[in-house]
Amino acid sequence: MQQNLEQDDANRLIEAASAEIDRADSPEALDGVRVKYLGRRGELTMLMRGLGALAPEVRRAQGEALNAAKDRLAAALEAKGAELGRAALEARLLVERADPTLPVAFAQTGRIHPISQTIDEIVAIFGEMGFVVAEGPHIEDDFYNFTALNIPPEHPARQEHDTFYLPQRPDGSRLVLRTHTSPVQIRTMQSQPPPIRIIVPGRTFRCDHDATHSPMFHQVEGLVIDRTTHMGHLKGCLIEFCRAFFGVEDLPVRFRPSYFPFTEPSAEVDIGCSRAGGELKIGAGGDWLEILGSGMVHPAVLENCGIDPAEYQGFAFGMGIERVAMLKYGIPDLRTFYESDLRWLDHYGFAALDIPSLVRGAL
Amino acid sequence: MKTTLAWLKTHLDTEAPLSAILDRLIMLGHDVEGVEDRMGALAPFVVAEVVSAEPHPNADRLKVCLADTGKRRVQVVCGAPNARTGMKGVFAPAGTVIPRTGAVLKEANIRGVASRGMLCSAYELGLGDDHDGIIDVSPDAPLGVRYASLLGLDDPVIDIKVTPNRADCLGVRGIARDLAAAGLGRLLPLDTTPVPGRFRSPVAIHIEDRHACPLFLGRHLRGLENGPSPAWLARRLEAIGLRPISTLVDITNFMTFDLNRPLHVFDAGRLQGDLTVRLARPGERLLALDGQEYALDAQVTVICDARGVQSLGGVIGGEATGCSAQTREVFIEAALFDPVRTAATGRRLGISSDARYRFERGLDPAFVADGLEIATRLMLELCGGEASEIVPAGAVPEWRRSYVLRAGRCASLGGLAVAQSESAAILEALGASVAPRENGNLSVEPPSWRGDIVGEADLVEEVLRVKGYDEIPAVPLPRESTLPRPALARPRRRAELVRRTLAARGFVEAVTYSFIARREAELFGGGGPQLRLVNPISADLDQMRPSILPNLIAAARRNADRGLADTALFELGPAYRDDTPEGQLLVAAGLRAGMSEPRHWRDRPRPADLYLLKADALAALAAMGAPADNVQISAEPPAWYHPGRAGVLRLGPAVLGHFGELHPAVLEALDVRPPAAAFEVFLNAVPEPRAGAAKPPLKLSVFQPVERDFAFIVNRDLPAETLLRTARGVDRRLVAQIRLFDVYEGAGLSEGMKSLAIAVTLQPQEHTLTDAEIEGFSKRLVAQVEKATGGRLRG
Repeated sequence: MQQNLEQDDANRLIEAASAEIDRADSPEALDGVRVKYLGRRGELTMLMRGLGALAPEVRRAQGEALNAAKDRLAAALEAKGAELGRAALEARLLVERADPTLPVAFAQTGRIHPISQTIDEIVAIFGEMGFVVAEGPHIEDDFYNFTALNIPPEHPARQEHDTFYLPQRPDGSRLVLRTHTSPVQIRTMQSQPPPIRIIVPGRTFRCDHDATHSPMFHQVEGLVIDRTTHMGHLKGCLIEFCRAFFGVEDLPVRFRPSYFPFTEPSAEVDIGCSRAGGELKIGAGGDWLEILGSGMVHPAVLENCGIDPAEYQGFAFGMGIERVAMLKYGIPDLRTFYESDLRWLDHYGFAALDIPSLVRGAL
Repeated sequence: MKTTLAWLKTHLDTEAPLSAILDRLIMLGHDVEGVEDRMGALAPFVVAEVVSAEPHPNADRLKVCLADTGKRRVQVVCGAPNARTGMKGVFAPAGTVIPRTGAVLKEANIRGVASRGMLCSAYELGLGDDHDGIIDVSPDAPLGVRYASLLGLDDPVIDIKVTPNRADCLGVRGIARDLAAAGLGRLLPLDTTPVPGRFRSPVAIHIEDRHACPLFLGRHLRGLENGPSPAWLARRLEAIGLRPISTLVDITNFMTFDLNRPLHVFDAGRLQGDLTVRLARPGERLLALDGQEYALDAQVTVICDARGVQSLGGVIGGEATGCSAQTREVFIEAALFDPVRTAATGRRLGISSDARYRFERGLDPAFVADGLEIATRLMLELCGGEASEIVPAGAVPEWRRSYVLRAGRCASLGGLAVAQSESAAILEALGASVAPRENGNLSVEPPSWRGDIVGEADLVEEVLRVKGYDEIPAVPLPRESTLPRPALARPRRRAELVRRTLAARGFVEAVTYSFIARREAELFGGGGPQLRLVNPISADLDQMRPSILPNLIAAARRNADRGLADTALFELGPAYRDDTPEGQLLVAAGLRAGMSEPRHWRDRPRPADLYLLKADALAALAAMGAPADNVQISAEPPAWYHPGRAGVLRLGPAVLGHFGELHPAVLEALDVRPPAAAFEVFLNAVPEPRAGAAKPPLKLSVFQPVERDFAFIVNRDLPAETLLRTARGVDRRLVAQIRLFDVYEGAGLSEGMKSLAIAVTLQPQEHTLTDAEIEGFSKRLVAQVEKATGGRLRG
C-alpha cells in the first residue's frame, strides 16, 4: 500500500511537470520548470532526498520509481528545449535577410598590353625551338646600328632608316636611337661563340610619324648561327612560327626574294589572307600579307663580328610586333597602341594570368 | 618604278598573260605595288558610225541618230550640234555607267522618240571639259573597237617596288631582262648602232675631278625642231605619271625610265665655251630647272661653261641652259657621277630627282656610249638635224670582277640543290660570263649593270631567285637538345613576374614613348643635352625620358578628360640616365590617380595615397624575390614626390625605388588634379635571389602560439619602423610576427603624440609558454621600446 502510494506521488508529479513543460513557451520558462522539479530544492529532488529515511526494501522500490520519473522529466525537458531552440532559430532566420541580388565589388582588374602579350607569345613559340631572349640598349652607336650590319655610311639604306640622332660628341661621332633590333645580333655574336639561337624583342625608333608609322615601335629579331643552317631551315622555322602564332594549321606562307644589307640571300615573308567583303582574314584566301623580313646572314656581318664565314652561317629575321598584333587581334590603328586609353587597353588587353604557352595551348 | 605592259613588251617578247608576269615579278624579288587598269570605267564605250542623223520630229535642237557599232544599229536621240551623218563617235549602250556623273544610262523616250544609248562628249567620259559636242573620232577608227584602246588606255600600268640594290631595274629594260632570265619570254635585242658624226663638236669637255666624274661623253646636235612629242612618247610618259614637256626633254626622261640612262641636254645656243666638270667653289649658286636657287659648296659636282655653273652633275640641270621650244641645237651629256657624292649633294640641297635616284644607286658603267647613241638617234628621228662626233672625256671605270660559285653551295647555303650547269645557265641569262673551274666550281663574272653582286652568296641568291624560293624545301630547324632551355634569363623572368603581378593588382599596362618634352623631363630630374634628340618628330618629344611617370601622368590626364578619373596605370620599360648601355634602366612604374575603386554601397574607396603605392612597390619587389625584410624605407624622396608623403626603398646603399604622393607643383605643371600617387622600382638594382629551386627547411612548432597586443604613445614624428624594428629585436627566436594594427592621434592624447598599437605573435619552439615567461617577455618589450622610442606604454 505504502509502495503504491509512493508510485502515485511520482506519477502525479510527472503529470503536473509534463503539463508545465508543455506550457513553457520560452527557454526561461522551461528552465523555471526544471528548477521547480529538478532544482536543488525541486519537488522531485526533495522526494529523492527523503528516500534515505525509508526502510531498505521500500527504499529500493521507491528509488527506482523516482529515478524513472527523473529520467522521464529530464528527457521531456530536453525535448522541449530542443523544440524551443528550433523555433527560436526559425524565428531568427525569418528576420535575418540579405538581398543576394545586390551588386558586389570585384577587385579592380588590370590588363596586360597587347604588345607585351604578343612578345610573350612570340617568345613562347621560338622558345620551343630552342631560341633564347637577348636584349640590348636603345641608344646605339653607328657601328652596331649600321656599319657592322653591312650598311656603310654612304649606303642608301641609311637614308631610308629615318634615324633619330643624339648630339654630336667631342670626337665627332653621333649616337642614334636604334632603328631596328639588329644591333643585338652584333652584340650577341661578339660576346658568344656559335652555335647561337636568339630572339630579340624590343623598342625601335624611326623618325617618321603618320597613320601607319610610329616614331617608336617594337620589333623582334631572330638569329641562328651554326655550321649547317641553310635557307630550308629558315623556311621551316618561320613557317612553323607563322602557323603557331596565328593558330592556322594550313596557313600559306610565301617567301619572296628581297634585299636587306645584312642578309644574302634575303627573303620577305608573306602569309595568306583573304580580303573578301572588306574583312581581313588570316588563312588561305588567295591574297598575301607581308609580315617578316629574313635572310641568310651576310658574310660581311659575320666577319664584322669576328666569326669566320667560311665556317659558320645562319639566318636572321625581323618583324614588327605591333603589325603582327594588329593582324592577329584585329586592332585597326597603330597609333592607339601608345595612347594609354583605358577603354582601349581594357578591350584589347589581356588578363594578368593569361600567360602564353604552347604546352597549355594558350596562344 | 612604273611601266606599262605594252612598254615592257617593247623589250620582252612574251605571250605570257599579265597575271603570270606579275606573279613572276614578285617571285623574282620585284614586288608589285599595284596595277592600274586605266581603262576602267571607259571599257563599255566603243567607236560607232553615225549612219544617219535626222532632225527630231518634235524638237528643233535634237537629232535622231542611228549609231552603227559594226555589230548592231541603235537609235539615239542626240542634242550635240556636231552630230552628223557619216561621222564616227563614241557610243554607249543603255545600262552603261557614265564616268562623269556615275549615273546609269537608261533607255528613254525623248519627246516621243525612243533613245537606246548615247553618243558621248569628252566631258561625259571624264576626259575633258568639252561638252559642246560629241567626240569626233578619226574616220579610220574601226567600228566596235573600245575607245579607250584608241587612247592607249587599255595598257595597264604596273608599279614595281625595286629594292635598293637593283639599280639595274630602274629602267624598263632591266625588268624585262630579269623576266627573260626567268623564262618568261625573250629579251629583244637593243639597237645600239652608232649614229655617225657629221661634224666636230664646238664644245669640248674637261674633267677636273675624275673621282667625282669618271666618264663624260658629249655630243653636239644642231638643226633641231623641238616641238611636242609624238603621241607614243607622250602617252608612255603620261602613263607613268610624267608630264610631257617637249621632245628633247621627253627623250631624256624616256631614256631614264626605259634604259635607266639619265642624260642631260644643254641648249647649246645658251652655252658659252667648253664644259668643265669640277667641284663647286664656295659662294657659287645655281638657279635650277625646278625654279629654286641653290647655294653650292665644295662637296658638289658641277658642270660649268665659261660663264659659270650650269648644272649639278647627276642631280639637276640649270634653268639658264635648259631646253625650250626655241632650242635649235643641244649638247647632250652622258656621264657617270660618283654615287656617294651625288647622294650627299641631293640630300644636303634637298633635291630628289629621277637622275639623282639612279646615280646614287650606281649606273651601268658600260652603257654610257650606247645610251648616248640611242638618245642621239631618237632626237634626230623626232627633231631632225644632225649630230657631231662624240666628245669623250674620262674613261669607263673598271667593273670586271669574278667570284667562285662552289659546287653544292646552292644546297648548303640556299637549301636547294641545283646542278652547276643549271646555275651557269641562269647566271648567263642574267648577263654574267661563266667559266667552269676545278671541282665543278664556276667562275662567274657579273655583268656591268650588276654592281650589287659582290660575292658567292649573291650568286646563290641569283640562282635561287630565278629558280623561285618556292622550290626550296622547308626543313624543320633541328633541336639542339631534346627539351628547350629556358628562353628567359633570370632578370627578364623576374621582370615578367613584376609585369604580371602589377596587372594582377589592378594596374593596366601602358606602353609609351621613350621620348618626352624637355620641360617634363626636367621635372623628373632629366633634360640634359646629352639625351636630347637632334631631330625629334616634334618639339615636345625631344628628350629621352628620365622617368616613366610623366607619360603615365599625361595618360591619366587624358583618361580623366574622357571621364575616367580613377586610373591605375603601370609601364615596365626603360628610363634613360645617360647615353651608355648601363644608363638605360629597366623600371616598373605605376601611377594611381583619383580613387582606388569606384564608389560602392559596401566597400569604401580610398584616395590614391602613399600607402596604396607603397604596397604596390613592395609587391613588385616581392615578385622579384627581393629580400623584403632587409628593405629599408627612408623619407627623402626625389623632387617629383611630395616631400612629406613619400619614401625611398633602399637595400644597403642601393636605391630600389621610390613611392609616394606626387608633388602638387608637378601635378599642376602636368595639369593633373590630385590625388595622384606613384611608385618606381628599378629592376636592375634589385639583387638576384639565390639560385636553385630548393627552399630552406620548414620548421613547424607543435606548441601553441601566443598573441599579445601593446599600444605605445610616442612622438608624432617617430617613424613606425623604429618601434617595429625594436620590437622585432626583443627576442628574434620567439617573435614570429608583429603587425601594427592601429595608429591613433587626437582626443585622449596630448598634442604632438600618437599611439601605435602592435600585435605580437610569439611562437615557442621547445615548450608551451608559461604565464611568467609571457609576462617576462612583455616587460622586456615595453622597456626596450620605451627606451628606443622615448614613448610609453599606453595605460
